[in-house]
Amino acid sequence: MEGSLSSLVLTAIFILIASVAIVPLFHRRQHLIVSIIFPVFSAASLFSLFAGILAVAGGEAETLILPVGLPDLPFHLRLDPLSGFFITVVSLLAFCVSIYSRGYIAGFIGKRSVTHLAIFYPLFLAGMLLVLVSDDAYFFLISWELMAAASYFLVLYEDGVVENRRAAYIYLVVAHIGAVAILLAFGVMAGFAAGFDTFHGYTFDAMRGASLPPAWASTAFVLAFLGFGAKAGIVPLHVWLPEAHPAAPSNVSALMSGAMLKTAIYGIVRFTFDILHTPQLWWGELVLAVGLASAILGVLAALLENDLKRLLAYSSVENIGIILVGLGLGMIFLSFHQPLMAALAITAALYHTLNHAMFKGLLFMGAGAVLHATGVRNMEKMGGLIHKMKWTAPLFLVGCLSISALPPFNGFVSEWLTFQAFLMSPSLPSQHLNLVIPLGAALLALVAALSASCFVKAFGVTFLGHCRSEACATAHDATPSMRAGMMIAATACLLLGVFPTVVIAWMGNLSSQLAGETIARSAGEVGWLWLTPVSAQRASYAAPMVLLGIASVLLVVFLTLRSKKSAIHRVPLWDCGFEKITSTMQYTSTAFSMPPRLIFGYLFHIKERVRPGLPDGRPAEFPAKVNYSVRVRDRAWGWFYRPVADLAFRLAKHTARLQHGRIHIYLAYSFFTILFLLLVAL
Amino acid sequence: MTFTAQIINVLAACILLTSFGLLVQRRIYGLLRIFAWQGLFLSASTALVAYTAGMNHLYISAALTLTLKVVVLPYILYVLVNRLNIYRDVEPLVNIPATMLIGIVLVIFSYHLTAPIRELSTLVTRTTLAVALSTVLLGFLMMITRKKAVTQIIGFLALENGLFFAATSATYGMPLVIELGVALDILIAAFIFGIFIFQIRTTFDSLDLKEMEKLKEHEGA
Repeated sequence: MEGSLSSLVLTAIFILIASVAIVPLFHRRQHLIVSIIFPVFSAASLFSLFAGILAVAGGEAETLILPVGLPDLPFHLRLDPLSGFFITVVSLLAFCVSIYSRGYIAGFIGKRSVTHLAIFYPLFLAGMLLVLVSDDAYFFLISWELMAAASYFLVLYEDGVVENRRAAYIYLVVAHIGAVAILLAFGVMAGFAAGFDTFHGYTFDAMRGASLPPAWASTAFVLAFLGFGAKAGIVPLHVWLPEAHPAAPSNVSALMSGAMLKTAIYGIVRFTFDILHTPQLWWGELVLAVGLASAILGVLAALLENDLKRLLAYSSVENIGIILVGLGLGMIFLSFHQPLMAALAITAALYHTLNHAMFKGLLFMGAGAVLHATGVRNMEKMGGLIHKMKWTAPLFLVGCLSISALPPFNGFVSEWLTFQAFLMSPSLPSQHLNLVIPLGAALLALVAALSASCFVKAFGVTFLGHCRSEACATAHDATPSMRAGMMIAATACLLLGVFPTVVIAWMGNLSSQLAGETIARSAGEVGWLWLTPVSAQRASYAAPMVLLGIASVLLVVFLTLRSKKSAIHRVPLWDCGFEKITSTMQYTSTAFSMPPRLIFGYLFHIKERVRPGLPDGRPAEFPAKVNYSVRVRDRAWGWFYRPVADLAFRLAKHTARLQHGRIHIYLAYSFFTILFLLLVAL
Repeated sequence: MTFTAQIINVLAACILLTSFGLLVQRRIYGLLRIFAWQGLFLSASTALVAYTAGMNHLYISAALTLTLKVVVLPYILYVLVNRLNIYRDVEPLVNIPATMLIGIVLVIFSYHLTAPIRELSTLVTRTTLAVALSTVLLGFLMMITRKKAVTQIIGFLALENGLFFAATSATYGMPLVIELGVALDILIAAFIFGIFIFQIRTTFDSLDLKEMEKLKEHEGA
């Protein structure tokens, strides 16, 4: 069985890359591309999904050396529980999204060519899988760049829109700044592993054996955290995320938010827990603080957003924050040599990673279905879609419930576990941590509540009430393959929420790899029904029972309503004595987020404008109508991005003086360079 | 100094002379003729080195140089010039006497630069390295100081001649595989240049490279 799982993953990658060569041949037969190639991608994802699940369950590390690449620097591959887990996350989502894509992409046919979408999509998937199996810095960075470049072209798919081009450009810039930081981090590690004058420290194996002075270890950690954090969208490096994710086609947004951000989390986990393997206390505090900041700012920005896909993108920032909170706690616990508590925190974080992939994927697919049906992203133009989209609406609701951390869905389990990790902290032998960490728990609770209200808004404004525009009056429901993709994701959300003990038992090898201890034994000590993270006396949660309770209440309500035929009426709305009610009288998205905008508004750059419409000499006291507009912007724009961008432009302007457009001058540049170098060589 | 070594030195001098000839010549047909002569000298010197050093693969290089640089490339350029009707005078950016003076400075510089190598090397050809380097620099100079695209191509090809000569004089030539590759590259480059020139003319109605300044991004745009 040696190497069989990794060869399964490589098969999947091979299928994906091979399809890149085949797709262009069918450029003229767009329907064929869509209906054949996307099912092939789902099949490939199934292969790697299978391998990932088995790799985590098996607990063994498979290594493989591919003699390609530069001479004497072969590619190293490794499939251990950690990479297996993330392969599972990526492949499971890729499976759902590829099924969904078949219907979604078909909607583009006739408007624009889908060929390059079908080329970069598998490259993107292959890039993510390659990142997860690579075991040396060189191969890792190649795969990382493949992933970044492929997703750049996917963001740019609808390149006729100026905002999309701008978003893709910002994304590319931030991705590369991040990549440089990662490169430097690996450079520090490799240098201490094998000396700065040789390349042989480039394998992760060599880096694991490196002994770094604490200051250099911290440097490597901070560089890696910045680099991966830029990709994960931590505050304040997150600004590209709400621009780029909505700009991409929705199936790609689902993959970017659900899977690509997770590869950044993978990078942080791999680098901190595996390669550096002895986290220092302040690293954990840094990650915890950044995580909390991302969570709170992310959810507030999401709450203030009116664009459905931007809302989801900001909510990804929030969820990355929650994952980082778990990881930060894990680092803190490990630095105090508390492996069991660390295992709890890391399990919570990784569980949330898996969950977020599922429900965010589901929500983006749902948003894609709405966009597909109505053609608008602005929630102020939607409403009442529950009547037109009888499948999408309940599936989107499942996603909303999951992300709002309500039982019996999966979001609840992982956030509950994160809180359990918080509640363990008082046993730490540090006074100031015992003071600060409960504050973090309180902030996390606030985040959970705000996120619930955010998704009440998302679902309520989009699907409930009346149509607010022509666009949604003609809406249609999602096609069968889109429904199927969403349904699989929704089922995964439910199953991950109902059988947490099974999942945690499966993840046992993972936390023992990272923290040297596992909560798999204590979590299931009273049977699969009860989840008891540390011990049965401390806290327990029986998800199947909760599900049973909810189901029985629903059944009773349904039966009592159905037993009397007259219990349900459809009548006109009570109009308070007005002549007629129009759809503009509904609670709008902007109105819904008014209270948090007033309370937390100082965290953002908000421009509010009220303009009375006064046609020909009407007195100001009696306007015909009032125009109200509000614009919310991240402060990070002004504080971080603008100064850097201005500096870059100023430098570019000076450098542009070298550019004359005259070929002779360019030749003269190289001529004088050669002369100079010859002189110096002398 | 043996007889062959003296002949090699004479040929090197001829190559240097043709390099200056390229700088001075005002007519395009003349340029082509001088370029072909340079190729001929190069080929002869390579064959001679092959004979003295007993390295058989250099004969192939010599034959290759003869066919490509004496026959094929001048012919291609000749056809190009005829097709485009550009047998007018060469238009230099810097006037010709000044270019000559710069060229002389470059030759002195090259001799100065290769002095240490001359003392260390034991090859028959060691004295010619300075000539090779000056040929490279003079070719470069020609590319910088000429306005028209065709003259720049000739400058580039002369530069390549210098490189080839440097390879034979410094190390008795490169491995045959590389030399074949380079020869092929030069041929392809000539074709690509030809296509480019046609494109430039159809785009700008002129072969003056000054027109290409229009391609520059304007400030504030």
